Amino acid sequence: MFETAVLVETLVKAVIVVAVVAGMAGFATFIERKVLAFMQRRLGPMNVGPYGLLQLAADGIKLFTKEDIVPQNAVKPIFMIAPVIAATTAFVAMAAVPYFPEFTLFGYVIHPIISDINVALLYVMGVASVGIYGPLLAGMSSANKWSLLGAARAVIQMLSFEVVTGLSVLAPIMMIGSLSLIDINDYQVGGITHWLIWKQPLAFILFAMAGFMETNRAPFDTIEFEAEVVAGYATEYSGMRWGLFFIGEYANMITISVLVSILFMGGYNSLWFIPGAVMMLIKVSFWVFLFLWVRAAWPHIRPDQLMWVCWKVLMPLAVVNILITGFVLI
Amino acid sequence: MELKDFKQRNISPGYIFFEGEKAPETGWQAFQKVVKRTLKGELFVGLWIVFREMIRFDIHTIQYPAQKMEMSPRYRAIHRLLRLFESGSERCIGCGLCEKICISNCIRMDTHIDEKSRKVVSEYSINFGRCIFCGYCAEVCPELAIVHGVEYENASEQRAHFGLKADMLTPLDTFRANEQKEFPGFGALSDNADEAVKQTPLAY
Repeated sequence: MFETAVLVETLVKAVIVVAVVAGMAGFATFIERKVLAFMQRRLGPMNVGPYGLLQLAADGIKLFTKEDIVPQNAVKPIFMIAPVIAATTAFVAMAAVPYFPEFTLFGYVIHPIISDINVALLYVMGVASVGIYGPLLAGMSSANKWSLLGAARAVIQMLSFEVVTGLSVLAPIMMIGSLSLIDINDYQVGGITHWLIWKQPLAFILFAMAGFMETNRAPFDTIEFEAEVVAGYATEYSGMRWGLFFIGEYANMITISVLVSILFMGGYNSLWFIPGAVMMLIKVSFWVFLFLWVRAAWPHIRPDQLMWVCWKVLMPLAVVNILITGFVLI
Repeated sequence: MELKDFKQRNISPGYIFFEGEKAPETGWQAFQKVVKRTLKGELFVGLWIVFREMIRFDIHTIQYPAQKMEMSPRYRAIHRLLRLFESGSERCIGCGLCEKICISNCIRMDTHIDEKSRKVVSEYSINFGRCIFCGYCAEVCPELAIVHGVEYENASEQRAHFGLKADMLTPLDTFRANEQKEFPGFGALSDNADEAVKQTPLAY
């Protein structure tokens, strides 16, 4: 009986997370277009619905009803499954991420996390790395040189930034002594001064940069930069398969925002009179906004510059950070 | 004037020449450059500028079908044939100057002598597939009869649309409602044209 209850609870949570995050990912596309437009003194979508709000529905209908094209020389099964991998891994990574503090609903205590595993951070980073198979397989199966270049760039980018991500979170983990995101959150109870960002500023910056690389956002959007590789791995995709890549990218963006908020910015602890859930929403919104903001402001860098900065600058800095943290802890 | 000055005579004084940043020669200089660029905060200046523009909300978009840009009077779009203000009859006297001067040879006119033995224009058409909108016809017209309008939405089902006499001539309704505007643009009389007129020298 107990196991059935857990199963049902987990299922309900999973469905809610997937539905809400997919909806937020869709809405984020609208927000992105609006924010970018305002920053470039444009209006953005205005015609579909009030202030273009229904543009989202129009885009959705367009994506769903478009013809599903598989190019002639493409490897069909791989071509068709690649976007599913990209979207699935983005959502699977959310299984171990807590969103809000626990609350009581109809007499039940609800933990807004699908599964509180003790290696949550490792799990999230691992699944996010598996997500690279989406672009890689898409690019290699498309029979298109731009796709292949995009896939190659995706792999070199991942090899570069994954090292930085892992090493940069190592220092905070050494201080906390746990990989569970709930433990990491609880470590920062007690106001802004207890946030890890003050104790680990370098790790914060490194992890934020790696987050931008992981989500392929500007200034590290080398793998699908129009001016150089058309649309990178997604060149041959259309309709809903392309939409899955898109949803995956935005879901990744939300995951990274939640991760940074929990790891370095106090997570869902309440602050002064603001409840924890609202704090979390504020922080995640700020991070999503930052992703769009940076895209409006900064040019992107070349793949060789990206590798240079990862291997020659960020990785040594991360190692130095670990060393210093280790000495301080001893 | 030296050759250098001559070559740069379009550059106003006070122009600052920038030779470009010196490339670092040693590893230490390259390192210094990296550190300087990293800590200078230029990236945050960029972030601030786009954020400032977003807060200012100084939107430059014209929402086209609902809002339209006001064209300059000197804009040269589809031609118009005007009527005389006094009588409402056509200004065109059929002199054929526009037909002659048209460099893309796209104006055709037909004239005949009517029962009052006056020359009238029976047909007048412009082939807008050929017209390059140079404005010579408006400039050469002695009667200010053919002028350029500001209508720039010229999508149509028929190639011949807009180019026939009936399309270009001010409709009588519009004329009677006093809505025929004098053309202030290319080839028209200037505002002080009356002052510029001199007496015909008869002394010789």
